[in-house]
Amino acid sequence: MYKGRAHKVGAHIDTDAIIPARFLVTTDTEVLGSNCMEGLEAGWVKRVKKGDIMVAGENFGCGSSREHAPLAIIGAGIPVVVAHSYARIFYRNGFNMGLILLEIGDDVKKIEDGDDLEVDVIKGVIKNITSGDVIKTSPVPPFMQEILDKGGLVNYVKDRKKA
Amino acid sequence: MRHTLAQKILQGRTSETITQDGQIVRCKVSLVLANDITAPLAIKSFNKMDADTVFDKDKIALVCDHFTPNKDIDSAEQVKVVREFAKAHNITHYYEGGDCGVEHALLPEIGLVGPGDVVVGADSHTCTYGGLGAFATGMGSTDIAAAMVLGETWFKVPPTIRVVLNGKLPQYVGGKDIILEVIGQLGVSGALYKALEFAGPVVSELSIEQRLCMANMAIEAGGKAGLFPVDAKTLAYAKAAGRTGDVEMVADEGAHYERELVIDCSTLTPRVACPHLPDNVKPVDEVTGVRIDQSIIGSCTNGRIEDMREAAAVLKGRKVAKHVRCIVLPATPSIWKQALKEGLLEIFMDSGCIVGPPTCGPCLGGHMGILAAGERSIATTNRNFKGRMGSLESEVYLSNPAVAAASAIAGEIIHPGKL
Repeated sequence: MYKGRAHKVGAHIDTDAIIPARFLVTTDTEVLGSNCMEGLEAGWVKRVKKGDIMVAGENFGCGSSREHAPLAIIGAGIPVVVAHSYARIFYRNGFNMGLILLEIGDDVKKIEDGDDLEVDVIKGVIKNITSGDVIKTSPVPPFMQEILDKGGLVNYVKDRKKA
Repeated sequence: MRHTLAQKILQGRTSETITQDGQIVRCKVSLVLANDITAPLAIKSFNKMDADTVFDKDKIALVCDHFTPNKDIDSAEQVKVVREFAKAHNITHYYEGGDCGVEHALLPEIGLVGPGDVVVGADSHTCTYGGLGAFATGMGSTDIAAAMVLGETWFKVPPTIRVVLNGKLPQYVGGKDIILEVIGQLGVSGALYKALEFAGPVVSELSIEQRLCMANMAIEAGGKAGLFPVDAKTLAYAKAAGRTGDVEMVADEGAHYERELVIDCSTLTPRVACPHLPDNVKPVDEVTGVRIDQSIIGSCTNGRIEDMREAAAVLKGRKVAKHVRCIVLPATPSIWKQALKEGLLEIFMDSGCIVGPPTCGPCLGGHMGILAAGERSIATTNRNFKGRMGSLESEVYLSNPAVAAASAIAGEIIHPGKL
């Protein structure tokens, strides 16, 4: 169960907005996190408290393949992203990094910036405590659940090597 | 089952039988790629996987092209990590010096990617190799680390949008304009999770370089791959690059497509993608007169020899406007050398361009042409996201090389035929 304040961003938020290329000179999650969303708005990350939730529109994470993007979000203290939809590479990266990504389509309109949310990942239910809305999410595809069950791609590969 | 190109290529590299789109298949990979930004993270994951060796030292390419020649201490440290990994694992295809070019221009040129290959790269423009009939797609660093260890990866078989190119290409209109038109029509998420497959009579007219340029930008419509059939032109290119054993390949007659998009190329004029998304596409005549501070000619999209020739033909005997920086970056050493031999570099320099080394550099706001607040660049690159080339208050317009060259001369965006 995750509880936190919603930080809402728009549609087609690209990876250059999430973490501009000039910050890609490190692989350190904390350092990347301190510059999270710097390409959207200077100093954006200052509003985030540990455990807060990112809420986004359509095609979140489009653009480059940089895994630094989900890492920057994790580094900023955000464990969960709720979006209308995700760009393909970002979606795969998020799972590999252990960032929880929920897809809710048009229901994203039921969340405003600053709303307090409660997310039950197992049941796939998002409660908007501020508005009282309850949003159901699509289940995680089975093949991705298998990777999650193993604790991410790194462990999945460790297992495969033994096999 | 009758196969689309995507299905056909994946089927060639998996032991499972592909029966439908959306199916998950495990495929053997032909080549695994990472660059100076993404390889350090992949190496970190590789080490966490307790891997001792890579699956095949000849099937991994590590190309340090983004921030090289190293722009600062931090990027030098990153390249050092990659170099030491390459040494430790005896990686055959490691590039950072005088043999290094922009990855997606370099690998096709040296025959490391080609028809029927399944290629994964920790770079979103890995889809470029679809121009040669390879199923190639971008992934994150940890997926790439997994592929480096296992020599395989999983794919969801993508549904395909068939893009039919009819008509004849007018003067000053090429692959870049077609793909911008396609992205404009589909939107930046129009091909999300899908493959684009190019068909129609114009395909055989397109050079391999134009096909690579078009496949390169499939990702800007959200696409997983952009695929061209393998024809005589592809085979000639692959052979010249030193490959053997490649064969022609077309989609099966009657294969299922999710959607068909028909473009009449005869009616196209040069296209420009306006700030701040690649789908904000307009005919060049609608943006004529937009003042520019910089023009970038290069990148994995348009840094090949034909692009150099196209730009030089416009710049020859003319001068870049006084207040404009026109930066030409041939994408690989062999393109650089060929441009030198043909006298193109002299044309660029006589007209007041800056000629730089092969690097991704300014495309992603790395170095060699960063924009200040309020500045505007036209560029033959692939992305115009807010702040992509520098300040959050700067703007990028995307175009073909002839338009970028003409605009550098005029100091404002202009159709090359109207100089």
